[in-house]
Amino acid sequence: MILETLLVSAPDWAIRHSTVLIPIVPLIVAPVLAMSPSARLAWVASIAATAASLYFALLTLAIVQSSTGGVISYHVGNWPPPIGIEFRVDALNAMILLIVTGMGFLASIFAWPSVIAEISRPKIGLFLCAFLLCFAGLCGVASTGDAFNLFVFLEISSLSTYVLVAMGAGRDRRALPAAFDYLIMGTLGASFYIIGVGFLYAATGTLNMADIAAQLPALAGNRSVQVGFAFIIVGLGLKAAMWPLHQWLPNAYAYSPSFVTMFLAATATKVALYALIRWLFTIFQPDFAFEQALFTWVLAPLGIAAMVICSFQAVFQTDVRRMLAYSSVAQVGYMILGVSLGTAIGVSSGLLHLFNHALMKGALFMAVAGICLNVQGTTIRDFAGLGRTAPFTMTAFAIAGLSLIGVPLTAGFISKLQLGYALFEHGWWWAVLLVVFSSFLAVFYIGRVLQAVFFQAPANPSKHRKEAPLLLLVPLWVLALANIYFGIDASFPAGLARDGAVAALGLEAFR
Amino acid sequence: MKGDHHMILRVIAKCLIPLILIYAFYVQFHGEVGPGGAFQAGVIIAVALILYALVFGLTATMRAVPPWFTRALAAVGVLIYAGVGFWALLSGGDYLEYQALFGEPPGEHHGQHAGIIIIEIGVLCAVSGAMTTIFYALAGRVAEIRDEDW
Repeated sequence: MILETLLVSAPDWAIRHSTVLIPIVPLIVAPVLAMSPSARLAWVASIAATAASLYFALLTLAIVQSSTGGVISYHVGNWPPPIGIEFRVDALNAMILLIVTGMGFLASIFAWPSVIAEISRPKIGLFLCAFLLCFAGLCGVASTGDAFNLFVFLEISSLSTYVLVAMGAGRDRRALPAAFDYLIMGTLGASFYIIGVGFLYAATGTLNMADIAAQLPALAGNRSVQVGFAFIIVGLGLKAAMWPLHQWLPNAYAYSPSFVTMFLAATATKVALYALIRWLFTIFQPDFAFEQALFTWVLAPLGIAAMVICSFQAVFQTDVRRMLAYSSVAQVGYMILGVSLGTAIGVSSGLLHLFNHALMKGALFMAVAGICLNVQGTTIRDFAGLGRTAPFTMTAFAIAGLSLIGVPLTAGFISKLQLGYALFEHGWWWAVLLVVFSSFLAVFYIGRVLQAVFFQAPANPSKHRKEAPLLLLVPLWVLALANIYFGIDASFPAGLARDGAVAALGLEAFR
Repeated sequence: MKGDHHMILRVIAKCLIPLILIYAFYVQFHGEVGPGGAFQAGVIIAVALILYALVFGLTATMRAVPPWFTRALAAVGVLIYAGVGFWALLSGGDYLEYQALFGEPPGEHHGQHAGIIIIEIGVLCAVSGAMTTIFYALAGRVAEIRDEDW
């Protein structure tokens, strides 16, 4: 297997420091990019940084899978955990890190054609610097084992995201209010999170996640723990675009530069959702009475509302990017629904959908980015007839779209099937019907675009081809083929998701 | 100079700015034994520049401390901080392990001492650079629509 050869060939220092190097390498490359005189140099450096992170993430995954305990603990500054900052990676972190670094790597490859078209040249260095900071922040959230450190990394990624979204103003001025909305909502989310951490710190006197988890059982019924819990769930829910807290997302995705949209859609909400799972299951164990009630009466209805209401909203959008953004909120709903079961199989189906959704939304937004290069505007009417002028781009779009619907032989089908199993096992057959219904709505909104793309005549017929450049087509097709491959042989992502769920719930491994 | 009613402000500002800068370094290096540190010192340095800009105008300030310099200062600050971490890695320690910087035996603490001071200098650069950059960005903004055009 590839991971084993990687582990054998890796030098000792890489094995020892791989967890910390995942966020630190892009973090140290980012300020260099800010001073880089050449845009092209900055782009090459950003690819190198994300590639290094991807390598260390794969290595981390290999170490986690081969070790007996399944946990890597790295002590920053060699201060032992409850006092110092700990980087703690188990199967769940390793899976999220793999998604973030993999999507970041693919995104940075296709950055060049997309960014050069949408961002003024002197600003590209700074733009890619902000991208690497965001990337480093997301990796940091997914690898740290310290509640406050998680906040710091969350803010690193969020602040740079606001900048990235606002950079869309060159193409569409509505990016500015979108970025401002996101700034307000994101800051609220982060403040709620840190208030919650403060309450927990007051009750437990520690910021280390494992240490908090160890102390909580003795504090059952403590009011400040419950308040802290509520603040943390709402704060992270805002970041993850959980249903009623998703208002910032559609505009932020629709008006930011298309490169940013692709990267954010594939990673940002996923990482926040990871943090949510980590808090719900590892730190607060699910046997808290109030947490059981939360799962059944809060999270499950919110997840269902997201997947039904936002799918409806997606059907009525005329702009393809807004449509995909609403669909993202709906997909977060599937994940929340899986998580809200509170069982190992439920969490693992949520995680599997998280993985697959990164693949399909990454491919969809990347294809849209390719279209943005040649066609002004991203309304469905602009997409008419593109199946003839840009066949490769649009075929990949169609594959990812079918995967989003959940057609058999695509990755989306596997994860919806898993979710269905989990719901049936829990006795929630009515929720299965709603999942099917919401997938049916996806047929409509994806179908509208595909119909325009493949069966309508072009709006302004011209001979020249509008195919996306090769730098974009290669990562796009990597994602599209991954959608098919993981739809046929899902053992790799399913294994990751199962191990991740087991690690989150703290059960004995059942590999 | 005709009608120069800012004379007193200018003279006082010229006297105060060096003092403010010295005070910034006092806060920086005294942070080791008392309240203070690089965040506060960085803000105080930025305050000195902002006072200069308020009294003598933005163009004069940008001539003295150009915007590319403040941006680079912020970036270099981060590089210094992260660089110490990598220095510790290269000396065989964990990330940011000051003890490993000079490869000392456990009893000695020169690495701890040097590490924290270098890192604080990095923070000083980053904070003062970022603060001044933000000020330049806000102060240098030109309104896109003039008031009469509304």
